[in-house]
Amino acid sequence: MSQLLTGIGASAGIAIAKAFRLEEPNLTVEKKEVVDREAENQRFDRAIEQSTEELEKIKEHAAKALGKDKAAIFEAHSLVLSDPELINPVKDKIIQEGSNAEFAMKEVADMFISMFESMDNEYMRERAADIRDVTKRVIGHLLGVDIPNPSLISEEVIIVAEDLTPSDTAQLNRRFVKGFTTNIGGRTSHSAIMARSLEIPAVVGTKTALKDIENGVPLIIDGQEGKVIVNPEPAVVKEYEEKKDAYETHKAELAKLVDKPTVTEDGCRVELVANIGTPEDVEGVLQNGGEGVGLYRTEFLYMGRDQLPTEEEQFAAYKKVLERMEGKPVVVRTLDIGGDKKLPYLTLPEEMNPFLGFRAIRLCLEMQDMFRTQLRALLRASAYGNLKIMFPMIATLEEFRQAKAILLEEKEKLQQEGAAVSSNVEVGMMVEIPSSAVMADTFAKEVDFFSIGTNDLIQYTLAADRMNERVSYLYQPYNPAILRLIKTVIDAAHKEGKWAGMCGEMAGTEGAIPILLGLGLDEFSMSASSILPARSIISRLSKKELSESIEQVLYMDTAEEVENFVKTRFL
Amino acid sequence: MMEKTFTIIDEAGIHARPASILVQAVSKFSADVNLEYKGKTVNLKSILGIMSLGIPSGAEIKVTASGEDENEAIQKVTEVLEKEGLAK
Repeated sequence: MSQLLTGIGASAGIAIAKAFRLEEPNLTVEKKEVVDREAENQRFDRAIEQSTEELEKIKEHAAKALGKDKAAIFEAHSLVLSDPELINPVKDKIIQEGSNAEFAMKEVADMFISMFESMDNEYMRERAADIRDVTKRVIGHLLGVDIPNPSLISEEVIIVAEDLTPSDTAQLNRRFVKGFTTNIGGRTSHSAIMARSLEIPAVVGTKTALKDIENGVPLIIDGQEGKVIVNPEPAVVKEYEEKKDAYETHKAELAKLVDKPTVTEDGCRVELVANIGTPEDVEGVLQNGGEGVGLYRTEFLYMGRDQLPTEEEQFAAYKKVLERMEGKPVVVRTLDIGGDKKLPYLTLPEEMNPFLGFRAIRLCLEMQDMFRTQLRALLRASAYGNLKIMFPMIATLEEFRQAKAILLEEKEKLQQEGAAVSSNVEVGMMVEIPSSAVMADTFAKEVDFFSIGTNDLIQYTLAADRMNERVSYLYQPYNPAILRLIKTVIDAAHKEGKWAGMCGEMAGTEGAIPILLGLGLDEFSMSASSILPARSIISRLSKKELSESIEQVLYMDTAEEVENFVKTRFL
Repeated sequence: MMEKTFTIIDEAGIHARPASILVQAVSKFSADVNLEYKGKTVNLKSILGIMSLGIPSGAEIKVTASGEDENEAIQKVTEVLEKEGLAK
């Protein structure tokens, strides 16, 4: 029986493949007395062997997909499997007490897990998760239960999961993973953003995908419409195969715009640039005709590892991006961590309101050693391209001044050390807190540019947590309050001869582009995959006409009214 | 029996990656190799043992080896700790 699930289209495109459930398996273990203790011992040995082989494969894959550095953690995992302090007590329980292997394994593992969990160091506490991960694999083999692993996938599938973590997505192999669908999440959740940068179709927030979809059943996902079709009829498969072809043809049409500049119908130029997370993403930017990088999220350099990245490591990453972009602008956002984005090796207290708490520039101004290391790496890399630096979450002018002063101090130190530093690195800020949007005229005198971060600006202006699905109706990019703030920022920049960009999801949204263009936005930064569609939309719009008629949206009553107006008038 | 004392200089202390390298290096020897820190002794061939000590930067650790190849084992430990920038 065919079944239709609806969710949120998070990444466009159509995928047709079998379902692959990525879920927490049931590993309930019961205590049993075994008769043949020697046989049980051998069964345990075999489970260890199988687990070790699996880990080897994961390690190889991770080394290829993510680099040796990120694969190192699996080295530690295989050592745990051969650790005498882990193995011997299990064997003792089997041989001397006649315990079944899975129960013995679980008892010993739990002992280590609680030992690590009770340590007073965040990093060591995180290691409990590693032990759980490794021993889970062994218990899975003993129980005959499969532990799904995204990196072991070797046929074309669509992943079905509750949610995908950054490390899950990092392990996905694009050759085989044709798309994914999750129970939770929205357009701006981590998994959605990753799907767009990997350019694989995704539907998130289906609520019931994991309940309704069995392993191996045929699936269709439509990332544009937010549809998931389970067990489709042959006629439907055919229809979607055609849609898929049409989509790919359209994509090929757009591809012709790759080397063209971004110009409106009446000949005005704007800049279309991309948001990236790692140096590897630069390839996608160039393939999609990005005119630069408008947001390089540096936090990925700090994530998925067990200590801070060194100045050299950061320098290498920034230099790589700048060199690959060959003189095109690259706007780097300094570390935006804290709140919901945690680093295992930085011990930060739990907060009641992480989004309103100790994060981003607030944290960097306090943990200055870490901040200075990043700034030094950036300044050294500035010699290799067109670097611009921006600070996240600026709420007051003092914060901007303090951050800029630290930057200048490090610049002077580097120059004294004889390092090459570019003399025209622009220094700007993100506008994502309403206070800085309101005060943009004052900020504009001291910054070189603004980049409006709409995801946070919307959530702070409407006071609605963007991860909370129950208040997601308040995530309103078209709310006139947001549009007025955006206009305030753009006008303030232009008055001082500075430029204003936008690096939130909104900049790449079809319906928002005419408004932003009309309000005079200079730079649009978006997922690489949105660049060509945006270029095509802009080429059909007249800036003159827009700037004459768009101001009325600022005085409309509701977001809905604005959206309808734009759709009927300009698209 | 051979023994040698080290001071950990890596900012992060003994974390997973260097601990893995250490365990792999030591496991090749037949000698019993132990690590002592704050009165606790663990088997240096056990990654869980080492990690369970949560050895921080600045810690003094003592490594002991006993067995036929104890000399070589201590030498290897010294080499790894220094090469990884873990201890002096």
